[in-house]
Amino acid sequence: MARVIATLGDDVSTDVIYPGRYMATVLPTETPQFAFADMAELNAKLKARQVPPGSVIVAGKNFGCGSSREQACSCLKGWELTVVAKGFARIFLQNSVNLGLNLVTAPEVEAKEGDELEMTATAVVDKTSGRSFAVVPLPKARQAIVDAGGLIPYTRRRVLEAAGRR
Amino acid sequence: MEKVTSGIRGLTVVEKILARASGKQAVRAGEVVEPDVDLAMSHENAALVINQFAEVYQGTGLEPLPWDPSKIAIVFDHRVPAESSKTATNQKKIREFVARHGITRFHDIRGDEGGICHQILPENGYVLPGSVVVGTDSHTTSHGALNAFAFGIGATEMASVWALGKALNVEVPRTIRVVVNGQFSPYVGPKDLILHLVGQLTAEGANFRVIEFQGETIRAMSTSGRLTLCNMSVEAGATSGVVPGDEETVRYLREEAGCRGPFTLVTPDPDAAYERTLQVDASALAPQVACPHTVDNVKPVDAVVGRKVQQVVIGSCTNGRLDDIAAAAALLRGRQVARGTRMLVFPASSRIFQQALERGYVADLMRAGAVVMNSGCGPCLGVHQGALGDGEVALSTTNRNFKGRMGNPTGEVYLCSPETAAASALTGVISDPRKGA
Repeated sequence: MARVIATLGDDVSTDVIYPGRYMATVLPTETPQFAFADMAELNAKLKARQVPPGSVIVAGKNFGCGSSREQACSCLKGWELTVVAKGFARIFLQNSVNLGLNLVTAPEVEAKEGDELEMTATAVVDKTSGRSFAVVPLPKARQAIVDAGGLIPYTRRRVLEAAGRR
Repeated sequence: MEKVTSGIRGLTVVEKILARASGKQAVRAGEVVEPDVDLAMSHENAALVINQFAEVYQGTGLEPLPWDPSKIAIVFDHRVPAESSKTATNQKKIREFVARHGITRFHDIRGDEGGICHQILPENGYVLPGSVVVGTDSHTTSHGALNAFAFGIGATEMASVWALGKALNVEVPRTIRVVVNGQFSPYVGPKDLILHLVGQLTAEGANFRVIEFQGETIRAMSTSGRLTLCNMSVEAGATSGVVPGDEETVRYLREEAGCRGPFTLVTPDPDAAYERTLQVDASALAPQVACPHTVDNVKPVDAVVGRKVQQVVIGSCTNGRLDDIAAAAALLRGRQVARGTRMLVFPASSRIFQQALERGYVADLMRAGAVVMNSGCGPCLGVHQGALGDGEVALSTTNRNFKGRMGNPTGEVYLCSPETAAASALTGVISDPRKGA
């Protein structure tokens, strides 16, 4: 079971997730402190460690639109959050697959802060409201990267294969 | 005579490029391919790419060597000159990497060859028709203006490209065709067109798709204007914007970018399948403004005329080229920026800055009260100079107006063309450039 810690609307940009002025910070160990830096309440909640790993942010369409900055993924992954959204912007989705940030696409999802969610491969079930929302699976090509543990191990395997062939 | 077909439809521009780059006869939207990369661009986030690249080789016993240093481009533009010791140290680390691996397409902080990556790549002839370009910047879509398939990726994906020379697991995107006909009215241009289109398509309307620009207006448009269109295609979520290769592509590459080598233009098949087609009459367009805090919140300028602005910004990878600066200078020449409004101009490259100096545009702008800054991205994304004060309003020719974008979450950013920005700088309020300031 996972608790919803925040509900956000459509088109949440990477500038909102990780403001540009912190982009000189790149290390995944350092980016989490700036997650939602301009949303004081949410940022404070994360930094006070009131949010258990696996907690969920629920959002609308086009989550992560805008910049390709990977900090927008690493800062959320650092807090071990899951994002359930009606949809994700392409680069953010790909970055999350590459880095292992857990994203769930549920085009009809509706939930309130504090709701308890149960997530399976095919549905997000809101135990608080009793409603269930279908999940759109990742395309196979992206799932392969997730299954390898992220793009770095996936590429490492490919590098070793290529070296073996030489 | 009836045309005999095999029942297989033709290919779009991007399908043709991806087929060539993947060593196939044809590829179709939805298919997964691993295209060879012709150009891999990063800016200051190369610091993160370098970390991830080393990580790929961790425990392999292999030396981390980029697959082909001649295909890597690194351009310092996001925070130049460095705004902090942290940035300066990252830049130092990147310089060391560049030297160690013999990366020659490196553009440091320099007044002769520096600038914003999305201007540096085209003006140096690094982007060729039919090529596959990846960049660790979402506005890499710009390079579709030169008939390439160009898309933004994250730093970890770039590390993978540096290792393998391929983009992995690329799903061939569907293509939306935008056909633009008619002549723009005076003081209306490519920026108004793309703002209008983003408004029509919405911020996610082209997500996972390519926008292919066609029509007589596009054929008559300069590469500078095409760069503006493709640059902002990502604001509708597009993987890339692309323009079919034509005489203007050849002219720009030979005359402006100094390309000597061979290249082949890519055009779509007449029976290519598009997901949908949008028709736009350019002659019916008024100046457009994207209102806070999403780029698809687009209105004709009439709807926001009179809104007071504290900062006007002209520049960036979207509208910092010579024609943009010329348009602003023409409106400001012999006049004054309104008191209470500050105007910042940052050319897209040092080369453009020099051309603007030679033609007297910089003097026109400065005499009018504008501050002309070195080429860079800083003010656009609020990382370096030009931050807004609490509750302040900016009118800008840049590409994004998200909350917090110009360094202050209580600020507001409106987006527009250079003409609308310059006309508004004179009055201190959002103004219609057609009405004369």
